[in-house]
Amino acid sequence: MISASGIAAQLTELFLAVSVAPLLTGWVNQCRAWLQNRSGAGLLQPYRVLGKLFRKEPVIAHGASPLFRLTPYVLFACMCLAAAIVPSLATDLPFNAAADAIALVGIFALARVFISLAAIDVGTAFGTMGARREMMVGFLAEPALLIVLFTASLISHSTSLSTTVEKLAHMQFAIYPSLAFAGVAFTMVSLAENARIPVDNPATHLELTMIHEAMILEYSGRHLALVEWAASLKLFVYSCTGLALFVPFGIAQRGDAAGLILALPALIAKLAVGGFLLALIETLSAKMRIFRAPEFLGAAFLLAVLGMLIHFLLEI
Amino acid sequence: MSAGQITPLAISLAGVIAWIVIGLAGVFSPGNLRLVARYLFPAGALAGLVVAAAGAWAIAEGARTLVLPLGLPDLPFHLRIDSLSAFFLLLLGAVAAGVSVFAAGYFRRGQGTPPGLQCLYYHVFLASMALVLLADDAYGFMVCWETMALSSYFLVTSDHRSAEIRRAGFLYLLIAHIGALAILLCFGVLQGGGGDYTFDAMRQLDHTPRWGGIAFALALFGFGAKAGIIPLHAWLPEAHPAAPSPVSALMSAVMLKTAVYGFLRVMFDLLDVKVWWWGVIVLVVGLTTALYGVVFSAVQSDMKRLLAYSSIENIGIVYVGAGLALMFLAYDMTALAALALTATLYHTLNHAFFKSLLFLATGSVLHATRERALGRLGGLIHRMPWVAWLALVGTLAVAGLPPLNGFVSEWLLLQAFLFTPGLPQNYLNMLVPVAAASVALTAALAGYVMVKFYGVIFLGQPREERLADARDCGPWERAGLVWLAAGCVLLGILPVFVIRMIDEVTRPLLGQGLGNAASNWWLLAPIQPERASYGPLLFLVAILAAVAFAFLAVRAFYHGRVRRGAAWDCGFPGQTARMQDSAEGFGQPVRQVFEPFFRMRRELPGAFDSAPRYRVVVEDPLWYWVYLPVARAADRLTGLVTLLQRGRISVYLMYGFITLLFLLLFVR
Repeated sequence: MISASGIAAQLTELFLAVSVAPLLTGWVNQCRAWLQNRSGAGLLQPYRVLGKLFRKEPVIAHGASPLFRLTPYVLFACMCLAAAIVPSLATDLPFNAAADAIALVGIFALARVFISLAAIDVGTAFGTMGARREMMVGFLAEPALLIVLFTASLISHSTSLSTTVEKLAHMQFAIYPSLAFAGVAFTMVSLAENARIPVDNPATHLELTMIHEAMILEYSGRHLALVEWAASLKLFVYSCTGLALFVPFGIAQRGDAAGLILALPALIAKLAVGGFLLALIETLSAKMRIFRAPEFLGAAFLLAVLGMLIHFLLEI
Repeated sequence: MSAGQITPLAISLAGVIAWIVIGLAGVFSPGNLRLVARYLFPAGALAGLVVAAAGAWAIAEGARTLVLPLGLPDLPFHLRIDSLSAFFLLLLGAVAAGVSVFAAGYFRRGQGTPPGLQCLYYHVFLASMALVLLADDAYGFMVCWETMALSSYFLVTSDHRSAEIRRAGFLYLLIAHIGALAILLCFGVLQGGGGDYTFDAMRQLDHTPRWGGIAFALALFGFGAKAGIIPLHAWLPEAHPAAPSPVSALMSAVMLKTAVYGFLRVMFDLLDVKVWWWGVIVLVVGLTTALYGVVFSAVQSDMKRLLAYSSIENIGIVYVGAGLALMFLAYDMTALAALALTATLYHTLNHAFFKSLLFLATGSVLHATRERALGRLGGLIHRMPWVAWLALVGTLAVAGLPPLNGFVSEWLLLQAFLFTPGLPQNYLNMLVPVAAASVALTAALAGYVMVKFYGVIFLGQPREERLADARDCGPWERAGLVWLAAGCVLLGILPVFVIRMIDEVTRPLLGQGLGNAASNWWLLAPIQPERASYGPLLFLVAILAAVAFAFLAVRAFYHGRVRRGAAWDCGFPGQTARMQDSAEGFGQPVRQVFEPFFRMRRELPGAFDSAPRYRVVVEDPLWYWVYLPVARAADRLTGLVTLLQRGRISVYLMYGFITLLFLLLFVR
């Protein structure tokens, strides 16, 4: 069952995700700079920041426990695992058997619980506030994400991401209204989960509305580098999940070696467009008050449930 | 059963007798803490292991029966061990072993009831729970059920000098008895007027849907009162904090499960008719309970109340699974019923392990700090590393995170929802996505609750000066916690073996087990590997490998230096422990988002208050909507009865005279 090409695809995909994820972040930031009439720091800026942080000596607060030091590694590992199971280049991924769509949500939840615990660990006002808000966003976004994945699973009769993407790719011209709802819900959830405007602002500090940045205030040096890298990976994985579910074209199918070569440019093109759209959304919308976030995410949740209901009503 | 032959039933009975003997041994020297703690509780743990072993053995064996020469004349106790009772016996024995080892180090001198009596109640409680699982007639079942309720009542009120605890115990006893009445009536309906109260006779009978429906309603109410479904949950958050921690652990982990056992026994074994809307009712009740439990859990500021509400949530999830299984079974979809019932039983087992682990951890914290309020804890990971790291396992498990055990049962349950399309009723197909969404919401909220629980107790800065004196737990407590934490991990990473065991339970009940479509022992694939699969062991190995790789790579390419400094906190200098979120503060988003659930009273300071006070009281509205009206009605009714009670002997003589006349006139 496990083929050599599968392992090759798996390793390529993992390596690609880990290495390209900061580039995607750089691209989004660059697009945003262009859209806002700034010149921007360049595509490679995230790599420079990571390099700088890795070389620096981390300073850890006196009250921090080992959990605080462990968390960046756990975060990074979780996101690597998530990147390994989402079919971005090929669907023939051996590791996909170990974790399906529900487990993907579980991985994100695991990472979220760890970063929140680490934020509480030092015992600062900002840290606990960030943790509380992150968990709030989490408990609203996670069910919505799960329902979006369920809708896709119901269409494909499988929760395995590989099988789902294969099935969806083969039904190119079928129209699924449920997927349209799911797509909108997924976009909203992705914005919230990746600490993007309008729910959170990745470019701010010293603001009472920050969520993700409030949690990682105490991190520095290599720990901060790993946290930032994990955040880039999360954005990359979310983008790939969305692209795989809603634009599943160009992903290499099982036993399709030539497809693997074509898959890379297809993925890069899709990510470039997706990143630009993300920058556009961020530029066009304003950051909302934190207490509007439940409404925003509640809407996403309802849209997702509506999509699933529509699937039951129209598509069976 | 021939005499002298060793059977699982005989072994489990031996374990039960051992528990009773150990309990009685404690009575002979009630004040002897050393005897009780060092010898009797460890011996009880051994007996627990024996019971667990008997359960594990009996699961694969067929059903065996035994008639005990005890009880009333012509009404002996019937015992029977089949795979369902064996599964719950295994749960009881395995959890009791861990809790008893912990209890050996837990009980101290000078806490209400003397240790010898505690030991008696504790072991009688264990023995009666085991006998509830083994009973094969309604009479024996009710006797053991009541013994269980009474022994646990005495355990809850161990610290009986406090009025609050006596009140909690009374509430518990009251609801337990109302539930027991319903169960008694349920058995009465089930035996169908034949007068034969053995379960075997009930199994043989053909019940009509109407009487079956009445039996179902009584079973749902009666066992639900013990399990803590909405709106019969009110005793849980009162009784669990009142009891000593090992007792709360046993009550939450095992006693609630005996109620689940009773419900499953009646619905899947004794009652032969199934109607689809019973399943819907159980499903809706379960969903409401789960959501209600988790939302209230998020706003608690007492750590044991928080866990008690979380138990309500988990029981709700168990009922959701049972409801789904009933619904599928009513439509003869046995494969799906097996999936749902497997998820139910798996979650039952999981909850027993992680909730007892967390209750015991709160016990250690309580001993070290004498503090139950979350608002006066914090930073204990530095003082109590063993408890903190073991509690972290339980926390992640309750939050339903992979690769621990809570995730497996939630995964199975969600799979059961996903394979629902194909129910013959369209409305049911519509209900299912909404139900799946609520389960997903509940699971996500459980994560929130657990971050609050763990973060406020173990992380951050200590909120009180004296927390610096907190010391880690002793070797006995540590051993008990390690046992339960190991259970959480193993149940999480080796689900295939557990499901093979559960298959032996579902097969006799439903005629079909779940099986494992992937023939690998490390890959869980309930239907087909292409449809859904989950390999937690591989998952765990991959995470650990990635952590190790990142750790080593960073050190290889850069450096491993680290410096300690003051917390940054955006450069704010005057940082104190009081600036962290309190338990109430951490619950604030839930209070805001789920406001209609609560009955809240707020006291806000005015703009010019020189001594501003902010107070918010969150209460359970069901208390006002259900309990108080019922209590008032009961009060009024008893008020009517007192009209008869005149307190004069002549009036009572007149009552006797009228009764006599009445009897002479109408009875021949």
